[in-house]
Amino acid sequence: MTLTLQVRHRFDGFTLDVDVEAPAGVTVLFGPSGSGKTTLVNAVAGLLRPDAGRIAAGDWVLLDTAARRWLPPHRRRLGYIFQEGRLFPHMTVRQNLLYGRWFAPRDARTENLGRVVEMLGVGHLLDRRPGALSGGEKQRVAIGRALLAGPRLILADEPLAALDEARKAEILPYFERLRDEVSVPILYVSHSSAEVARLATTVIALQAGRVAAAGPPAQVLGDAAAMGVRDVAALLVARVVAHHDDGLTELAGPGGTLWLPRIAAAPGTAVRVRIAAGDVMLARDVPQGLSALNRLSGTIEAVAPGPGPDALVTLRIGPEDAGERLTARLTRRSVTELGLEPGQACCAVVKTVALAHGAAEAASG
Amino acid sequence: MWDWAAGWLGPAEWQAVRLSLRVSFWATLASLPLGILVAYALARWEFPGKQVLNGLVHLPLILPPVVTGYLLLITFGRRGTVGQFLEQWFGIVLSFRWTGAAVAAGIMAFPLMVRAIRLAIEAVDPRLEAAAATLGASRPWVFATVTLPLILPGIIAGSILAFAKAIGEFGATITFVSNIPGQTQTIPSAIYAFLQVPGGQDAATRLVIVAIVIAMAALLLSEFVSRRVARVVAGT
Repeated sequence: MTLTLQVRHRFDGFTLDVDVEAPAGVTVLFGPSGSGKTTLVNAVAGLLRPDAGRIAAGDWVLLDTAARRWLPPHRRRLGYIFQEGRLFPHMTVRQNLLYGRWFAPRDARTENLGRVVEMLGVGHLLDRRPGALSGGEKQRVAIGRALLAGPRLILADEPLAALDEARKAEILPYFERLRDEVSVPILYVSHSSAEVARLATTVIALQAGRVAAAGPPAQVLGDAAAMGVRDVAALLVARVVAHHDDGLTELAGPGGTLWLPRIAAAPGTAVRVRIAAGDVMLARDVPQGLSALNRLSGTIEAVAPGPGPDALVTLRIGPEDAGERLTARLTRRSVTELGLEPGQACCAVVKTVALAHGAAEAASG
Repeated sequence: MWDWAAGWLGPAEWQAVRLSLRVSFWATLASLPLGILVAYALARWEFPGKQVLNGLVHLPLILPPVVTGYLLLITFGRRGTVGQFLEQWFGIVLSFRWTGAAVAAGIMAFPLMVRAIRLAIEAVDPRLEAAAATLGASRPWVFATVTLPLILPGIIAGSILAFAKAIGEFGATITFVSNIPGQTQTIPSAIYAFLQVPGGQDAATRLVIVAIVIAMAALLLSEFVSRRVARVVAGT
């Protein structure tokens, strides 16, 4: 199921001009505020009527200005998960959950309440009203309400942005389960590269209303021009070697061993890890007497001074043919002082490694 | 209590009280659908002539009631254009009937009703309605399942306010439908009539007490009901 997003819309001196296609799975719209993410999602939802364009999920055409087709929002068969939940305050959680299902055609009522309630863990909330729920609970109910509407496309507009870190960590796994267990395409808006790394099958990076880059996350996340210097990261595939008694998991990554606080994956599993460029230090020689455990060796491929005091240094790590890249964000001053140049061998010291996907196989879509 | 009230009040007074309640009840109920529609239009729609409509709705509030009553008489009276039309085609006669009193009371109370409902509609978050639309609800369904329940406190408050106003309506009523005992003599007209005859003070005083009790009861009821409903609507 291909997601087609062709939208041209001009308003208040801002022009959104997007023409992009994404394969099945989770498509993450990434970009800074004001880049047009929400505008694009609202055009998909029918809450905004663009000047021109074509929006389709597979053969389900929501908008085609050339064919004069425009479905009103209520006939688009969506599940829209909003940033602020938008639960109906006068209804109980159960009534909220079943609201969309009531309007769905009979053959679209594939999800049943029991399964969704169990998956989201909201069984004890069913008779309460939204006013009495915490932020995380509200968002779980909002996810359930969208699912039960029997949607052909799920939209999520920064569903975690209003939550604190602990609640984000609570909700994110539910979106991973949606991706892995529900076969509905998901269009997910985010400005967090960590969410992109964990959820995305495809990333569409927007800047000032245009597509700066689109593709699989491993490719787009390392693209400094598309992501911005602050959000560049590497996605590496590593294999779980062993779980140790001190609470760490040993991974064999390209170019060296990586250590993570214990993860759930069994030894032998390939997982995907995300390393933010800001968390990488470079050393010309293998450093001695350093507390950081994660060290990867590689060869400098490119040095790109940024517009500010920063510079991005890209390393090729692991076997030549694997093509794994790691990006480090340094100051231009360190680049000059160390005399870093393409072709040099280098040791990357990684402060933080985050698990991006439970299993790399699941993500390679 | 009904019997006791009827016994305490003289038959003419009791008749006026019952008529007032009937007139006000129907005036409120009949103007409610139009009141919600006009309030919705004023709160949400942009259309040419919106300010004119707003002015028309509020006109009875600022015009001398006698003027409103006279305008009703020349349009809805038996010689008035609308009055003739209603009589010929539907057999409805408003002038000098209790139905005419209800029309007068309804029009005089309309601005208060519309104002309360309009404020309630403006307080509804349109993003909730958008959310309902994305979940498959068409416009009428969005209104019935989201907007209407959320503005219910405003509708109740507006209705009770309109009812109380209708009970007290005097100028437009007496001008339009006169002061016929049993037909168009509501509490205020009856008080006025009793005060015109020697020895009528006692009857007038009793009706004044009734008027105060009805007004207070309406206010308290409105407060109570809209608080209950607001609690449900607020979702706690």
